[in-house]
Amino acid sequence: MVLNCRHVWDYISGYLDNTLDAQTRADVEKHLEHCEICSAVLDSTRNILILTADDRVFELPVGYSERLHARLAQAMLEIPLDEPESSA
Amino acid sequence: MIEKVLGGQTETFHELIRPYERSVYMMTLSLLRNEAEAEDAAQETFIKAYRALGRFRAEARFSTWLISIALNEARARLRRKQPALTDSIDDTSEGSVTPAQLTDWREIPSASLERQEVRTLIRRALAELPLAYREVFVLRELEERNVQETADALGITIASVKMRLHRARLMLQKQLAPQLKSVVPTSRRRFPWF
Ligand SMILES: [Zn+2]
Repeated sequence: MVLNCRHVWDYISGYLDNTLDAQTRADVEKHLEHCEICSAVLDSTRNILILTADDRVFELPVGYSERLHARLAQAMLEIPLDEPESSA
Repeated sequence: MIEKVLGGQTETFHELIRPYERSVYMMTLSLLRNEAEAEDAAQETFIKAYRALGRFRAEARFSTWLISIALNEARARLRRKQPALTDSIDDTSEGSVTPAQLTDWREIPSASLERQEVRTLIRRALAELPLAYREVFVLRELEERNVQETADALGITIASVKMRLHRARLMLQKQLAPQLKSVVPTSRRRFPWF
């Protein structure tokens, strides 16, 4: 099947996740060979996923862990655990 | 470790949650979009988890269980601030996202993340995703949860997870690709918010 650009965009995620069936994947690849725009869409999407997943994008606030455990320690003194079999 | 805590060695709880500190904060931050509030919600999440630990069922993954508590906590806070918040999404509608159609795209190296303005662009684009897409994107891409876990944590179908993730990715591409292309690596445009 000959795909147009819009079809290919719908398959971008499946292509990146490698979940397309073999025929569709082949059709997409055939389109990518000659379509500069879809190739750029694919490359940029893949690249943006790599960048967004980088831990440096979201840094934990300084002292987060220390404050968390301090508050937890305090709370654990004050609250009893629910009885395992108690009905909520 | 859970049995130890329930058996009375409560200090073990500190160790138990260490691997999940970042995940829970990421989840609350992605919903609340405010660092101070996200931190408070994360603390509250772990306190609630401690209190409810006896009701944790081993068939669920501990991480999925924690994420669900974090989601509930953050959503409750959102509702308090904005009771009319619906953010409903129709996963069945045809509305496909049109990506940014650029040419001569070159890869933006990870080294560019050393630059504050690049990180800010990415954080802002994520924050602007509709809530239902943001939740899925954070779980799948940032937290690397599988499709099933994501569906379980959010209480939606696997088909919805896939559809929302796809749309979220293309929305980010549409927004970010042109911005990143213009900021990295040549232009040194200064932004008014710095
Ligand atoms: Zn094309």
